[in-house]
Amino acid sequence: MNEILRINDLSKRYDDYAILEKINLSVRKGEVVVIVGPSGCGKSTLLRCLNGLEEIQEGEVVLDGEIINPNKKNLSKSRERIGMVFQSYDLFPHKTILRNVTLAPIKVKKRKKSEVEAEALALLDRVGLLSKKDNYPRQLSGGQKQRVAIVRALIMHPEVLLLDEITAALDPEMVREVLDVVLSLAKEGRTMVIVTHEMQFAKAVADRVIFLEGGKIVEEGKPRDFFENPKTERLKRFLQTFTYETVENDEIEMEQV
Amino acid sequence: MDFEVIFSYMPLYIEAFLLTIKIGWIGIAISIGIGIVLAFVLHFKIPFVSQIAKIYVEVFRNTPLLVQLFFIYFGLPKIGLSISAQACGAVGLGLLGGSYMTESFRSGLEAVSPSQTESALALGMTRAQLFQSVILPQACSLSVPAIVANVIFLLKETSVFSAISLMDLMFTAKDLIGLYYNTTECLFLLVIFYIIMLLPVSVLGSMVEKKARVRMFGA
Repeated sequence: MNEILRINDLSKRYDDYAILEKINLSVRKGEVVVIVGPSGCGKSTLLRCLNGLEEIQEGEVVLDGEIINPNKKNLSKSRERIGMVFQSYDLFPHKTILRNVTLAPIKVKKRKKSEVEAEALALLDRVGLLSKKDNYPRQLSGGQKQRVAIVRALIMHPEVLLLDEITAALDPEMVREVLDVVLSLAKEGRTMVIVTHEMQFAKAVADRVIFLEGGKIVEEGKPRDFFENPKTERLKRFLQTFTYETVENDEIEMEQV
Repeated sequence: MDFEVIFSYMPLYIEAFLLTIKIGWIGIAISIGIGIVLAFVLHFKIPFVSQIAKIYVEVFRNTPLLVQLFFIYFGLPKIGLSISAQACGAVGLGLLGGSYMTESFRSGLEAVSPSQTESALALGMTRAQLFQSVILPQACSLSVPAIVANVIFLLKETSVFSAISLMDLMFTAKDLIGLYYNTTECLFLLVIFYIIMLLPVSVLGSMVEKKARVRMFGA
């Protein structure tokens, strides 16, 4: 078992209010872990703890043997190894698409500009956005912006990619184009931890699904078991919120006749 | 209105105009310098210095320029520091403007969305890289409208320089009216010269504002 990311007894509190309680999780190299759960259950917070955007009160996050500590001086070094894509894209509005993508490798990794640009163009081409390289983020649709955000994370060659509800702010018809990119990344064996509300997508992309509620891992399993044979009552109830009963309209029709 | 009078007063007005512009822009340059430095001090909450910066901003924002000029012009000589009327005008305007500029630059820095910080940090940027490549360029664009408004405001504030016998436009007009009673002509010239001084700033300012807005928001 080729473990790359490990979370040991992670607890996160705001004052006395516990957001996450004693979370334990291990992610293998190449594994896609999807975290689902109701709003406010701490999914996004958990993801943000993984790259030190949130301080944790107890426990530790270990990336390939190296502890990620928000108080550590070289936290930025660890963050280079963990890519993150956010719900609201957060591209840099004052830079072109190409500059958005090349900024971090050039500034942070001090790589050669020509080499970075060539890679950026190849990646943009892969997500179908090569023609937008000289545009500004404001000129792109939400789905396009999110694909650029994914490329911006990929070009840093992260060992783990964190995706935080990356389709939550998108119009329904744009969800697909973004998720297709993620699916192709999963196919090439990228390690990802994904928070999402798209259950169909979770089922398709995940190697393992985790149900988080009230700051605790309530259930986890292979996508098939997870969605079709949920063991806990709480997961059953959660999954039911995504299906709708057919409305019986017989009576109305009768009256109209 | 007697145009002969107007033409004969012209050279005096031009001289006053040039002086007003000179002192005005020196004051504005000082105010921008103060504003940038103190905005950083406040933004990064540098201990002790930022407390002083806050007091400075509140004192100078909440007192009239006239009072500040009197303090500098008549107060400093009492402790053995006398400065010329011109230097006093520039320094006074610079100190008043500095308090406004500080707030404008600071609000620009704070208007940059916190999610920009997070996405830059997530890419492995250090605080310095984040500030230089992400926050600062956006903050500059965001603070442009407030800065342009300050510049126009400060140029108009030069009109109180006459109170410390600085021979600016206002002083010249009042002086001429007092000597020759050509009130209409003198006031007409006064209005014209203020417009000549401010209209280009206003037009140029709008252009810069538009550019900055397009850069940040696209429209």
